[in-house]
Amino acid sequence: MKNIIRNIIFIASIGLIFFGGFRGEIGTVFNKAANICLECIGIG
Amino acid sequence: MANNNKKRHFVQLLSSIAVNGNFKGFFNGRIYTGKTKKICVPILNCYSCPGALGACPIGSLQAVIGSIKYNISYYVLGFMSLIGVMFGRLVCGWLCPFGFIQDLLYKIPTKFKLTVSKKANNILKYLKYAVFIIFVLILPMTLRDQFGMSDPYFCKYICPAGTLEAGIPLTLLNKSLRSAIGFLFNWKVLLLITIVILSISVYRVFCRYICPLGAFYSLFNSISFYKIKVDKDKCINCNACTNNCKMNIEVYKKPNSAECIRCGDCIKSCPTGAIKSGIFIDNERFKTKKVNSYNAKLGKSSNS
Ligand code: SF4
Ligand code: SF4
Ligand code: SF4
Repeated sequence: MKNIIRNIIFIASIGLIFFGGFRGEIGTVFNKAANICLECIGIG
Repeated sequence: MANNNKKRHFVQLLSSIAVNGNFKGFFNGRIYTGKTKKICVPILNCYSCPGALGACPIGSLQAVIGSIKYNISYYVLGFMSLIGVMFGRLVCGWLCPFGFIQDLLYKIPTKFKLTVSKKANNILKYLKYAVFIIFVLILPMTLRDQFGMSDPYFCKYICPAGTLEAGIPLTLLNKSLRSAIGFLFNWKVLLLITIVILSISVYRVFCRYICPLGAFYSLFNSISFYKIKVDKDKCINCNACTNNCKMNIEVYKKPNSAECIRCGDCIKSCPTGAIKSGIFIDNERFKTKKVNSYNAKLGKSSNS
């Protein structure tokens, strides 16, 4: 049973990565990560 | 076991350097803006660290949730699930720079090494799940401004990795950021100092009780491809594994406990070689070399 759950999650997570990428989420991640995050450094 | 830790610390050091390879950032006070910043790293490493080459998954998750366009991130949750289902918390034991820092802090000799009681540990361990659900998911989803955007609440109010890796170096290197320091910065520095001091006495205090990424990965320990397995036929219940586990896990009872960071100390400490770790180890026969030599020491035949 555990193995089935594991395999489903494995496949689903790859699917989610592609789906998120397809929706354009990677651009949002890039915008955040390529600019200094004021909240992270404690002045935002 | 000392050897195991040396090897592990070497891997942790290499990983910390690899994910923070933009060395010139530490001199000019600027962060890396190249294409690799699109890609999440599997560990808690701040994307505003001057050296960071990739994106922190916990920061990225809050950023996507808190943006105008989206209220959940399939990309980041998918990435975190993929790492979790493949390795569980192996990345915590071997790759995460903030875990490495805590390992080093715990090596500082002090009379006050504390073992958290089982009862307290059993309650406190749930705190990290609350941090994940409240600060990483619920608050960014619900507390939005008039434009529909929200802050990354975990980064803003809690994350000591952000303070250490980004806040301190960037404010030291950048005059305009330094001039903006206020209450929030002081609060985050105070939290960081508290965690640093506690980490000298309590092993991996942040990982055990606060880290939302560790909380997420811990959900996968029992089902991940990478596993720890105890051969019940070889286990002589000597307790050496449990006594050597700094995360206080009863290894022979629950080798894939959610709290296990897969450091491997228990494997090295087992006198009979009953513990093994790896991917697809379920059907593999354990080697008998160690158990034979142990039995020989006891004057028994290995076939008896
Ligand atoms: S502040 Fe912490 S959680 Fe936020 S991006 Fe930096 S390391 Fe990640
Ligand atoms: S629990 Fe968090 S801080 Fe600790 S090693 Fe894992 S990812 Fe890093
Ligand atoms: S159970 Fe073993 S691998 Fe897991 S944390 Fe404890 S000593 Fe490390």
